[in-house]
Amino acid sequence: MSQILTGRVHETKRSVPTVRAKRGIPTRKLLTRAPVWVLIGLLLVVVLYPLLWMLLSSFKTNAEFSLQPFWALPSALHWQNYADAWTSGMSTYFLNSVLVVFPSLALILLISVAASFALEVMLWRGRNGILLIFLAGIMVPLQMVLLPLFTIYFQTGLIDTRWALILTYTAFGLPLSVFLMAGFYKAVPRAVIEAAVLDGANIYQIFYRVALPMVANGLVTIALVQFFFLWNDLLFSLTFISSDSNRTIQTGLLNFTGEHGSVDWGPTFAAISIAVIPTLLLYVVLNQKVIKGLTAGSVKG
Amino acid sequence: METMLRDRRAALLLVGPALLIYSLIVLVPVVWSLVYTLFEGNVLSGFQFVGFQNYTLLVRDPSFWQAFAFTLKYAVVVTIGQVGIGLLLSLLYVFYLGKASGLIRTLIFFPLVLPTVAVAQLFSKIFEIAPQYGLVNSLLQGVHLDGAIQPWLGQGGTAFWVIVIMDIWRAMGFYAVLLFAGLVEIPGDIIEGARVDGATGWRLVRYIVLPLMTPILFSSLIFSVNGTLKVFDSVLALTGGGPGQTTTPLTLSMFNTAFSNGQYGYGSTIATALAIMCLLVTLLIFRSARRDVA
Repeated sequence: MSQILTGRVHETKRSVPTVRAKRGIPTRKLLTRAPVWVLIGLLLVVVLYPLLWMLLSSFKTNAEFSLQPFWALPSALHWQNYADAWTSGMSTYFLNSVLVVFPSLALILLISVAASFALEVMLWRGRNGILLIFLAGIMVPLQMVLLPLFTIYFQTGLIDTRWALILTYTAFGLPLSVFLMAGFYKAVPRAVIEAAVLDGANIYQIFYRVALPMVANGLVTIALVQFFFLWNDLLFSLTFISSDSNRTIQTGLLNFTGEHGSVDWGPTFAAISIAVIPTLLLYVVLNQKVIKGLTAGSVKG
Repeated sequence: METMLRDRRAALLLVGPALLIYSLIVLVPVVWSLVYTLFEGNVLSGFQFVGFQNYTLLVRDPSFWQAFAFTLKYAVVVTIGQVGIGLLLSLLYVFYLGKASGLIRTLIFFPLVLPTVAVAQLFSKIFEIAPQYGLVNSLLQGVHLDGAIQPWLGQGGTAFWVIVIMDIWRAMGFYAVLLFAGLVEIPGDIIEGARVDGATGWRLVRYIVLPLMTPILFSSLIFSVNGTLKVFDSVLALTGGGPGQTTTPLTLSMFNTAFSNGQYGYGSTIATALAIMCLLVTLLIFRSARRDVA
């Protein structure tokens, strides 16, 4: 089932049935099309307006919230909200997230790239079994591992440290990354590997000099997909982190809105925006890659 | 020549780190969690062997069944919503927008990448009633439907629908792209042929398009069900499971049991029940898909 997806999502652009290839749409057809365009307009409003509203609200003063209707535009760009949100905790949470997400990403890439090379390109007995064991991990509900992991981290003194998150993120990033990476290696022509063998390269050179550059694109995809999973993680951070100074962005945001959410709407919207903006920027710049990666990785529940 | 690719030592060296960290942090804890179901206690108080007591407790626990019912209801409604609306969108993309659909696909996919916690905070503001009306209540006031103004998140019944709406809003664009990918795989001449034979509109979709999309439809159902049965972030950030226990899914019930009540054994038992549930539902959909295709 997963193969169906990974194989085909990459080709979405071709072969749209040429149902309406004829040029020059007659007026009657244009009229029947009108309701569809209204529908699409409505859809876009439903999808985009909440985000626009969030950004606009993040610039409003508290007085504007209570005196103006909700859909009113802010009278001025009240940057103070961002300064307030940033100084009352969000900066710490943001930095903590950066400090756990990027090391985890680096580890995931490093480890999965090597493992999937051994599993997909090399030939040895048991490799299919091991690949299957990795795949099984995609289906495991996180709740199944939470308590044993809590116990492990508690006993080893890693609880409430960045290491607890980095280790967990890395381990849970592996199944999907190995699975996707194996798919990228599969696309490397066998003849290229064989030519390198004939040229006298050893196995590590084949891995590092020949195969790796050919799957560089895959690395970017995996890094993107995993970034969204890790940046947006709530459960692990909520479970393993207890002190405020170690909270990551999502648990921090929950804490922030818990403290300020009901009164200080401006800073609250600014805090929400701070949590959203990195994902927003990445999507604006790299949306096609993100869509491909996430749909290929949809096996993850 | 292939002997080099059969170098077991190199293979072990390359796959070793992955296998080690994966075993320690994923595989061992899964087994450990199963062992926990036979114990009670927590990391501070120590553990006691209780046999199958957690399982008998589970079967008789009304709050487990309440969470179970919520989870099931939520999963069914949201799956139908996500895949159903996703399907409609994908049909819209292919049959009405054709090549121009790229931008709209990209825009409607958008909410999926946003952090759930942030989206939930946004939705809680949209449905807010106090200290100020949120977007929805303001709109109702604006069109003089004051009777409909209510604490959307303060009542179990309406809170359920707010969570449902939010999660459909988040993921519909994703399923639309997934199904779109399946839809464009259908050869154009099959569609053209069916049109020539007189199949149009709904009949074309029902008898030609849907049967050809069965595999990708069932995959989408499996992904959606597996995701929704494990719902956690949306609920925690939007309602915290309340009011009372009315919007508590199994995941949150497990979390509270373990970390608020300190019952690791019982918490693990709930987690196990959830894992079995995911597995059963997946197998069920998989089997019915097989029968359908065959």
